[in-house]
Amino acid sequence: MTVGLNAFILVAGMLFAIGLLGVLLRKNTLVIYMSLELMLNAVNLALVAFSRYNGTMDGNLFVFFIITVAAAEVAVGLAIIVALFRKRQSVMVDNLNALSR
Amino acid sequence: MLDILFYVFAAVTLISALLMVLSPNAVNGAICMIVSFVGTAAIFVLLEAYFLAVIQILVYAGAVMVLFLFIIMLLDVDKDGRSYLKDKMTLAGSITGFSLLTILIVTAFSGGNLPEPTLVPVSANPEMSAQQVLSGSLGEFASSAPEFATGAGIPFTTSAKSFGYSLFTKYMLPFQVTGFLLLAAMIGVIVVSKKHNEASNES
Repeated sequence: MTVGLNAFILVAGMLFAIGLLGVLLRKNTLVIYMSLELMLNAVNLALVAFSRYNGTMDGNLFVFFIITVAAAEVAVGLAIIVALFRKRQSVMVDNLNALSR
Repeated sequence: MLDILFYVFAAVTLISALLMVLSPNAVNGAICMIVSFVGTAAIFVLLEAYFLAVIQILVYAGAVMVLFLFIIMLLDVDKDGRSYLKDKMTLAGSITGFSLLTILIVTAFSGGNLPEPTLVPVSANPEMSAQQVLSGSLGEFASSAPEFATGAGIPFTTSAKSFGYSLFTKYMLPFQVTGFLLLAAMIGVIVVSKKHNEASNES
């Protein structure tokens, strides 16, 4: 394969930027949360690429741990969002401004 | 051939990620997200991380996104017909910041001004860790663990055996901590999502 490391890092950086755009742009808390997952995924991609081109297994193991922690984080975060919806009947971030009043 | 596959999968990943961010319907966004995760798993296969590709499909595209879809459909948040984006000021700022970040990334990584490391051949030792585990006695096994603990990297292999070997030698403590974290997350989810009872609140 003649595709170099920089191409993979480029794709990972673009994915991270798209995830950041989603976090900044969207109102729906669930979509913001999915964008956060996208950013984690971009970091995973960068770690795997570095691990492959460095010839060591450590980056792959970091990705293994990141996936585990991300799964736990998604479970907790979605439970919090459901609890929030139960209390406020909305998950849009422009309705969640109780601290600013 | 592999180059064409890389470009195809990178395009699929990026375009479906962008569609996820920009689609007004959250369910459509979740479906696009699944496509993006599958594309990332395909890039993992191109990087010869086969085990991680399987884990990515199972955990991310399977468990996590099914949970997301379940919550999106349960909450039914798309029923009010207002705009799904924030106000115009935030919109302009986000687009400008995204463009600047994209230009920065593209100029940094595609200009050819960075050193391009060569691909390490990996097919020479696919059974390295298996041989270390199987042929070594227990004493040899124990003596090989501090060698990893000094910071030397584990050689890259494509087999899933090296994952298990590394998890139980060099990364034993993070492995245990991750297990405890999963337990804490499970208990936390149960506590958060439990329905509050007024009668039991007072006792």
